[in-house]
Amino acid sequence: MASSARWNHVWVGSETGILKGVNLRRRQATNYVAASALRRDEGVCAMCWGDPSESEILIGCLDGSVKLFSTEKGKFTESRQCLGGEGSFCGLAVHDSSIITCVESGLLKVWRDASSENMETQVGAGVCCMRQNPAQPQCVGTGGKENALKVWDLHRPEEPIFRAKNVQNDWLNLRVPVWERDLQFLPGSEKIVTCTGHHQVRLYDPSSPQRRPVLEATYGEYPLTALSLTPGADSVVVGSSHGDMAVIDLRQGRLVKCLKGFAGSVRSVQCHLTLPLVASCGLDRFLRVHNIEDKRLVHKVYLKSRLNCLLLTSCEKWEDEDPEPTAPQADVKEEEDELWDGMETVATRTVLKRTVDPNVREIQLGKHPKKQKRMSPGP
Amino acid sequence: MSDPGSMASGAAGSAEGPGDAARAPEQALFPPAFSVSEIKNKQRRHFMFLRWKQQQRKEKLANKKKRRKEREALGDKAPPKPVPKTIENQRVYDETTVDPNDEEVAFDESTDEFAPYFNRQTIPKILITTSDRPRGRTVRFCEQLSTIIPNSHVYYRRGLALKRIIPQCISRDFTDLIVINEDRKIPNGLVLSHLPDGPTAHFRMSSVRLRKEIKRKGKEPTKHQPEVILNNFTTRLGHSVGRMFASLFPHDPQFIGRQVATFHNQRDYIFFRFHRYIFRSEKKVGIQELGPRFTLKLRSLQKGTFDSKFGEYEWIHKHREMDTSRRKFHL
Repeated sequence: MASSARWNHVWVGSETGILKGVNLRRRQATNYVAASALRRDEGVCAMCWGDPSESEILIGCLDGSVKLFSTEKGKFTESRQCLGGEGSFCGLAVHDSSIITCVESGLLKVWRDASSENMETQVGAGVCCMRQNPAQPQCVGTGGKENALKVWDLHRPEEPIFRAKNVQNDWLNLRVPVWERDLQFLPGSEKIVTCTGHHQVRLYDPSSPQRRPVLEATYGEYPLTALSLTPGADSVVVGSSHGDMAVIDLRQGRLVKCLKGFAGSVRSVQCHLTLPLVASCGLDRFLRVHNIEDKRLVHKVYLKSRLNCLLLTSCEKWEDEDPEPTAPQADVKEEEDELWDGMETVATRTVLKRTVDPNVREIQLGKHPKKQKRMSPGP
Repeated sequence: MSDPGSMASGAAGSAEGPGDAARAPEQALFPPAFSVSEIKNKQRRHFMFLRWKQQQRKEKLANKKKRRKEREALGDKAPPKPVPKTIENQRVYDETTVDPNDEEVAFDESTDEFAPYFNRQTIPKILITTSDRPRGRTVRFCEQLSTIIPNSHVYYRRGLALKRIIPQCISRDFTDLIVINEDRKIPNGLVLSHLPDGPTAHFRMSSVRLRKEIKRKGKEPTKHQPEVILNNFTTRLGHSVGRMFASLFPHDPQFIGRQVATFHNQRDYIFFRFHRYIFRSEKKVGIQELGPRFTLKLRSLQKGTFDSKFGEYEWIHKHREMDTSRRKFHL
């Protein structure tokens, strides 16, 4: 139903162009498609919230169009062609009712509604990610393959405000390659955390005199593809291309815990703003929600296409929501109740049944008790 | 002699043990029950154990006979025979099992990397190679594989890096690359990479039998294009792997040749066989096994051409997380 679009807790974009809204309480996933015919070149490559109240989602597709989806109405309201440069979108942001897009070939463009006086800059080739500073919406950071981290102010687009410097040569005196895959701005300060394709997590501080990373931590042997900040902002959750997810402490630069379960590359990770939950999606077509504190897998949903990006609503009261189905079915229930009230009651054992949608199954929490082999009595 | 005597008396003494235990319930569980494992003498213990085993076997036979008699006595009213539990019966339901009516999965498959093959826009052309410096067995295996797979070419590896071979293959219109890995003179791994930009599957290969090691084999395989049978690839991952195998062979089989290549998946192991069949009547078929046979187990499926360090994996077999249940399979 369109009106139930607001009850979806997680929004996931897939490679086939379908936007999926997942309600974790009722364990249902609904597909929202822009046109009735699916097209592979409309695959979602970037998503962001359209406004702070999370009622609109901006979706960037492979063919260069940016679509606006309204969660209130449950359908796509408008679509804009944001062509320019080559490659798919690697970052989307909203500032003052204008859209900021960044393409892989390095073209960072601000699109105003008037479709004239669009401001653009070249950020450098091979960009992998672009993010907006939530504290200062006119600042964006970009990074990519052999493209060091740069922070740009959109009012002065000629020169970046901060350009990071590569670390020193390693122990063989060879230049360390640069490949920033994902970045996040830390709230409250100007610091930036990035994760690289060479399995490093780096912390940069523009306010300090050194342009080199303040902190560097390595994790695993595979490229780290996604990054997200935990609620306390003192650790980050990273996902790698091998399906390993870990929580890394930023003050000491060490590994705190690993989250298990992924079988494929993690494409996108996002932590909830206040609850200790982290949602992740990837190429193995599953959406998983873990609890950060006790490493437990809380929800696991099979969504049939490879998933590219996700957005987590900041709705807090998940557990308090009614798991009952909506109003029309309540009427049917009332009729049934009258029917049953008219009949005699027979003492029976009550058996609790969980309503589970056949498309979505929740995994059983807790360990299974080990089945003992039935042994015949020994000699 | 003391020993046989003591053994006889020991046996007699312990023969009274079970008898004692039988009488014990009347005496309110005194003395305590007697167990064979408490005998310290190994010979005597073994003897008692064999006797117990024979007794169990007799009881089992007697139970079976009784049940069969009851069944015959009931005749038509007998309840249906209980189906024995096998691991395949008890398989944990996999939620990624593909429903044939599912539109989203159908769209996904119709536009994935194998779509050009299934829409008959490309003809498969395979390059078979090995790891560096292969030994005789692997070389012969590659030659036999190339007789089975039409339009395939075997090249010597010469220590070249796969990442450099791949762009050259693409420019010469190859659609697939097979690399057979060898360890200690036997082939033990297979990397199958679909070329323009397709997924790369890495398998562990075992039980490789060349043509001369197969008993009752037929003559050499002919040049006709074989049919392909893919058994039991039910999950989404299984579908991707099945399509990879199907895209190795030309889309139109030549039924005159009566040759068939079978990829049979059971419990996550893929068995490859190559047969020639002949229908002797409507229902009777005779088959002859030709060609090599081997068993594969999928280790990882990587999106994109071969790049094990920086590529993104669609599925990796993680032994400690995925092999916890004996009844859960992924293909």
